[in-house]
Amino acid sequence: MTELVKLTIDGYEVEVPAGTTILEAAKKLNIKIPTLCYREGLEPYGACRVCVVEIEGRPRLEPACATPVAPGMKVKTRSARVRRARRMILELLLSNGHQDCTTCEKAEDCELRQLAYELGVREIRFEGERYNYPIDTSSPSIVFDPNRCILCGRCVRTCREVQSVEAIKLTDRGRNTRVMTFFDWGLGNVECTACGQCVLACPTGALRERNDIEEVWKALEDPDKFVVVQTAPAIRAALGEEFNLPPGTSVTGKMAAALRRLGFDRVFDTQFGADLTIVEEAHELIERIQKGGKLPMTTSCSPAWVKYFEHFFPEVLEHMSTCKSPQQMFGAVAKTYYAEKLGIKPEDMVVVSIMPCTAKKFEAKRPEMKASGVYDVDVVLTTREFARMVKEAGIDFASLPEEEFDEPLGISTGAAVIFGVTGGVMEAALRTAYEIVTGKPLEKVEFKQVRGFEGIRTASIDFNGTQVRVAVAHGLANARVLMEEVRDGRSPYHFIEVMACPGGCLGGGGQPIPTDMEIRKKRAACLYSEDERKVVRKSHENPAIKKLYEEYLGRPGSEKAHHLLHTTYTSRGRY
Amino acid sequence: MGRQALLPCLHLIQEKLGCVTPEAATLVAKKLGLSRGEVFSVASFYGMFSREREGKFVIRVCVSLPCYLKGAREILQYLQGELGVKPGQTTPDGLFTLKETSCLGFCDGAPAVMVNDKTYGRVTVDKMKEILQQCREKA
Amino acid sequence: MKILLKRIEKKDYRGTLEEYLQEGGYEALRKTLEMEPSGVIAEVKRSGLVGRGGAGFPTGLKWELTAKVPDSPKYVVCNADEGEPGTFKDRIIMERDPHLLLEGMMICGYAIGARQGYIYVRGEYTESYRRLEAAIQEARERHLLGEKIQGTDFSFDIYLYKGAGAYVCGEETALLDSLEGKRGEARLRPPYPATSGFRGKPTVVNNVETLSCIPAIILNGGEWYSKIGSEGSPGTKLYCLSGDVRNPGVYELPTDVTLEELVSEYGRGVEGGAKAALTGGISGGLLTPEQFKVTLDYKSMLKAGTGLGSGAIIMLNQRRCMVDVALRCLEFFEHESCGKCAPCREGTKRARELLQKIRRGNGDSASLELLLELQRVMYDTCICGLGQSALNVTKACIERFKGEFEEHLRGRCVVGVCGHD
Repeated sequence: MTELVKLTIDGYEVEVPAGTTILEAAKKLNIKIPTLCYREGLEPYGACRVCVVEIEGRPRLEPACATPVAPGMKVKTRSARVRRARRMILELLLSNGHQDCTTCEKAEDCELRQLAYELGVREIRFEGERYNYPIDTSSPSIVFDPNRCILCGRCVRTCREVQSVEAIKLTDRGRNTRVMTFFDWGLGNVECTACGQCVLACPTGALRERNDIEEVWKALEDPDKFVVVQTAPAIRAALGEEFNLPPGTSVTGKMAAALRRLGFDRVFDTQFGADLTIVEEAHELIERIQKGGKLPMTTSCSPAWVKYFEHFFPEVLEHMSTCKSPQQMFGAVAKTYYAEKLGIKPEDMVVVSIMPCTAKKFEAKRPEMKASGVYDVDVVLTTREFARMVKEAGIDFASLPEEEFDEPLGISTGAAVIFGVTGGVMEAALRTAYEIVTGKPLEKVEFKQVRGFEGIRTASIDFNGTQVRVAVAHGLANARVLMEEVRDGRSPYHFIEVMACPGGCLGGGGQPIPTDMEIRKKRAACLYSEDERKVVRKSHENPAIKKLYEEYLGRPGSEKAHHLLHTTYTSRGRY
Repeated sequence: MGRQALLPCLHLIQEKLGCVTPEAATLVAKKLGLSRGEVFSVASFYGMFSREREGKFVIRVCVSLPCYLKGAREILQYLQGELGVKPGQTTPDGLFTLKETSCLGFCDGAPAVMVNDKTYGRVTVDKMKEILQQCREKA
Repeated sequence: MKILLKRIEKKDYRGTLEEYLQEGGYEALRKTLEMEPSGVIAEVKRSGLVGRGGAGFPTGLKWELTAKVPDSPKYVVCNADEGEPGTFKDRIIMERDPHLLLEGMMICGYAIGARQGYIYVRGEYTESYRRLEAAIQEARERHLLGEKIQGTDFSFDIYLYKGAGAYVCGEETALLDSLEGKRGEARLRPPYPATSGFRGKPTVVNNVETLSCIPAIILNGGEWYSKIGSEGSPGTKLYCLSGDVRNPGVYELPTDVTLEELVSEYGRGVEGGAKAALTGGISGGLLTPEQFKVTLDYKSMLKAGTGLGSGAIIMLNQRRCMVDVALRCLEFFEHESCGKCAPCREGTKRARELLQKIRRGNGDSASLELLLELQRVMYDTCICGLGQSALNVTKACIERFKGEFEEHLRGRCVVGVCGHD
């Protein structure tokens, strides 16, 4: 039983368990102490010093994020001394940048700008040298602008603590300290997986997704192009946040309406691709289990996870499913099967995908992704870019009517919806694999054992007598734990689902900012509800998918299916 | 133990190669089980490790207050003129790297100048000339 | 009265093990091995010895706190990263009487229950490193280090570790991070090193000079030591005189010596007349001649509005420009900041820029106010001593030599030093 500690903050008494920080204790009193380098899910760093508070009896101000409470402590969070300190620190941080906030892509989400406003910073009294660093555009997914960096370290700590990638680090010392890749080679040239968790973590505009909006406008305005759009499951549970709707609001219908108004020739759904992925992947898994193939098999729909695998565990790449991701399967089918139906050449079709993900931009341009002869997916926009595009177009999102996706590539099942949440791909695969193996229909389609937010979840599913052992991980540091077992030959599982981003795609690097635990849970609830509302909830029962196989692919794992829907990987290494 | 060997390894690399190269940093990372980003991060923090190849003789002129009071600036100016480089740079022939450094702990013999492993006290322009000459002869 | 320099000041003393033994070396260790560890700590507490690195924390208390923590292994770490400008005392001990330091470390190890000790030697002290390396080798060969020392159950060994050019690594938590093979960034406290230090284990971090005082304390008793010098911080101290003083050097004196005595009798006065004394290197503050009667102990110096710090005293004569001096100090801290916390990383840079403008004659009175405000904020918010004291000298100069600064605002350097760049 942890003992309770009583203390006073700003004159109000509060009682909290021992070990609680002043920051957390203040929250209980609805006092929001400002922070910059603090981030939920990371170890307190205590470097920005913005959260300093006055504690009676201590000579200096102390950081609330890292100071544990003590019995009888008397804390002042807004004395003149504290406010002066906070303002001055903000002035110091702001004095390095070019104060070009009005043209900054992350202006709406910028914590620095907001804090400066809230803390009453109305002048910057330091006029000296400003940062003049080159911007890193080496990655197709993420842009890093050191001139906007306040060295809070959130990106570096996320890359290490949450993702165990360590592609970016603090380098040099003192005034020359910078966030940098190995020898400044650039994000595109090191082990960066493009997961974009650093973009979510960054409180300023220093880290952002590469902006590909103009390419989409160009395609839409080109009379010779047939422009098709697909949207990932995770978008519909989060997009509303960019338009001031509460987190967890389902905006599927409005999203389709907005896309139509933007001028896309067809408004399709990545969920169609997800159903297709399940059919192919379930068959692949069953074949491996029955014919002694490489086990455990891992999912392959998270491109940051795939790149992580290629960098850190290349020796065991055979364990990854050869299935492409839903985005890429969709693109391949759109530019062959569907294009043929319309009598259009692949090079005259532009496939745009809206993704909660930054790594999808990298995935789309992988050299293997040209089953149609040209890039199967041409442009990827993150949820945030999409929202900005809608705003630029003057579309009043919240007032849009509910519309449907186009057919046939807009038809999807409940199994596809839950792709956006950690455990969702596993659950969807189990729904199909179960029925194929046992030949019996599922009474209950939910597999709640694989749901939840713990970093690693495991389960043993009874397939009519055979135990199928599965594991689910989200966040790459958790994936590492499972992969070390695989590498060492002691993994007990048949099937492993990994999503690079905490929470799964709903917490992806391209999603609305902020993304925290509470918001992730709300987005997850939205997706699970949408699954429940669907009539068809198993991928193999998707009528459009069935027709695709009948008319075009033959059967799962066929030669055509292999050519269009399966891929190969590259051993990249980490050194 | 792996991680603790990092600074000693970097010292060795700096000594042998005159700088920390990407290849050397990668090798150390592999051997110690660290990410190469981490090795780079640590190496770049310390003043005695460089990314650019240093000369055969690294001349460190102390510019902290006690040496500054006793003429460090004059020594520095002399060296800049004589060697034709600014602090932080290496002569084109690869012989000398000129650096400003913080207090060397020789304040009672200010101004102090460190050349590779050896620290000289009460340095005058004349004495500096001699030291340069000795270095050139050794090269 | 010489405790630390006793052997060093003997002619021809080279600090080898043989010579050290001849001069009574390792007698204290022998005595220690017959005592209870708690008894050793009690003796150190009785002595009233406070840390000689700059912080002045009671040494016995530090040892006691560490010894009490129910965790192991424990470590002794010697801070030999002497980097405070004007300080050169630790180097003298390490180069000329290394066994004195080793013996002190061993006694500490015994007292707190540690098996390993590290000496973090700054990278530039190559000679100290060499001499310590030789001394450790000698000690190992004589079974004064290693397993079962002198036939007892006490096993202890000392390892050398070379720093790589970062003043901030003299800060005890930054030192520990550096020792662990990381960037030398200051840690958040709590926890303190006594609880969680090297590799997260209980660690005593002590300065070279502090550890070197220990053998004499054990041999002669803590009470003997407590009667020497000032009451608040007893014993002798190695004072380092540099700058415009005629006779710069290290002087070992009881802590009740006054600055005036030190400067005039030992330093032989200031060439050009004393204008100010920077105390604690460039981190303490300053004293002007009317204050020179102050006793050079930690408490008295604090009362005088400055700090004793490492015991380094940099003398300035009448020809020095205080604006220029303050600027040189700021340049140091800007360069040496580890960069972790915003107020230090940015504050040292902006302060230097402000002072540079003032020195050039381009400043305004708002800059002076801004500098003073910055000093208060940095003291209040920086993680470690570097940032907290970076603007001490600047503040002292502005407040005590206001005229010079105001003249600079009008574009004039009173002593005619500035304006020649």
